[in-house]
Amino acid sequence: MAAGFWDYIVESMPSILEGLVYSVKLFFLVGIITLPLSMLVAVAAARGPKWFKGIYKVYSWLFQGSPLMLQLYLAYYGLPFFDVILPVDFVVITVFVLCFTAYQSEIFRGGIISTDIGQYEACQVLGMTKVQTMLRVVIPQTVRKVLPSTCSQAIVLFKDTSLVATIGVGDLLRSARALVIRDLRIDAFVVVLVIYLIISSILVAIFNKMEKKYSIYV
Amino acid sequence: MSQEVMIKLVDIDKSYGEVQVLKGVNLEVMRGQTISIIGPSGSGKSTLLRCINKLEAINSGYIEIEGITVASANCPDHPMASAAQVKSALGKTGMVFQSFNLFPHMTVMQNLIEAPVHVKKIPKAQAIEIAKEKLAEVGLSDKADAYPSKLSGGQKQRVAIARALAMSPDVILFDEPTSALDPELIGEVLDVIKGLAEQHMTMMVVTHEMGFAKEVSDRVIFMDNCNIVADRPPQEFFSDPDHPRIKAFLDKMLTKHG
Ligand SMILES: Nc1ncnc2c1ncn2[C@@H]1O[C@H](COP(=O)(O)OP(=O)(O)OP(=O)(O)O)[C@@H](O)[C@H]1O
Ligand SMILES: [Mg+2]
Repeated sequence: MAAGFWDYIVESMPSILEGLVYSVKLFFLVGIITLPLSMLVAVAAARGPKWFKGIYKVYSWLFQGSPLMLQLYLAYYGLPFFDVILPVDFVVITVFVLCFTAYQSEIFRGGIISTDIGQYEACQVLGMTKVQTMLRVVIPQTVRKVLPSTCSQAIVLFKDTSLVATIGVGDLLRSARALVIRDLRIDAFVVVLVIYLIISSILVAIFNKMEKKYSIYV
Repeated sequence: MSQEVMIKLVDIDKSYGEVQVLKGVNLEVMRGQTISIIGPSGSGKSTLLRCINKLEAINSGYIEIEGITVASANCPDHPMASAAQVKSALGKTGMVFQSFNLFPHMTVMQNLIEAPVHVKKIPKAQAIEIAKEKLAEVGLSDKADAYPSKLSGGQKQRVAIARALAMSPDVILFDEPTSALDPELIGEVLDVIKGLAEQHMTMMVVTHEMGFAKEVSDRVIFMDNCNIVADRPPQEFFSDPDHPRIKAFLDKMLTKHG
């Protein structure tokens, strides 16, 4: 008779936790780079020069129109064909950032272009510069508007960190799968399910709190 | 009253694509004057104001604010002043919009000190003092910490006027400041504008409030067909409308407003 559920979980926790740490690290790194980068891209895509808008369209189409897993495969297995050998973590982070910036910049761009033209005119007649207008008036209002869709993106990002398992990186899901295959029991999958749900709930709670904070002015 | 020319428009043409909106408009506004601009919808009243502070670019003619040419097109004899001069001249004009355009993510006080602090680089403490003064002037001292969403339309517009005043403008352009308001809130906003007129603030007010135009303004300008059709003192304008279009317009306004 195999060990009971709890005993088994306690025993296999270290390797699950190791995977969790990798997933959380990847989540934060990608998030921290993606958010400011997306805002820059969005401002340029909404108010920038025409040539940038053209590049942006192609970029957006490419990364939103194809699966992240395929993007990972292409970068991870494809680059060596061109004699480009990069550390695997670098490849993973870059692909994730490029992919999630494609989604997030579109969310920010929507917020920016939906800002009432009257706000820009008010800034202009008060003598504010374009940079001041963006930084002090348009972007703060945009942030409030995009919180709900950004929250969904954050959850998608955390879940999608599991895709790195497919190129052999030890994330949460891969650790669990290793246990399941080794011990021929699925308890580890149940634990990982609970962990994903807990983390998603934490993300939702954080965003709800932020929304509340920003809702004083609506 | 002094006869110093504050704003001067010479031969202004403006069109949006194919649509001609202003055609050969000439106008001088003296310091301290309150000018009401009236006329049918689409006659170019807003466009006239928006050309003065460069929210719109003119196609021909030139515009001076306090002697500085801030806009010039097809006028080699009157080239535009330097960028710095233009900026400083435009800084002397304030504008109040029909839809208020307050910053919704800022409190009333933050709305009022935003430009003084970040554009004029006034120390924050001093900007707050000025803002308090202006809020008192529009009767909203108790609303400094409120967000715009918590204010009535009339209060929002008074805040917008205070925000313009906080920049110490030499002239304020009003584009239908009461048109978005419930009838019972119009009076409180007009009273504020009236108070400014009594202090001889230079103002151009696009309005549909004939009572205001009659009582408060020094001149009434009637626009129609891309141009100024009449420019007269209000008593003359209202007692003796000398143009069939004006008469028709006034009759319509009077029946509409009881
Ligand atoms: N940005 C724009 N692009 C194209 N046409 C415009 C634009 N703004 C105004 N127009 C047109 O120019 C004409 C004059 O508009 P304007 O807003 O100056 O009139 P108005 O006298 O202020 O009218 P209202 O009383 O309705 O505010 C109208 O025919 C209008 O449709
Ligand atoms: Mg108008």
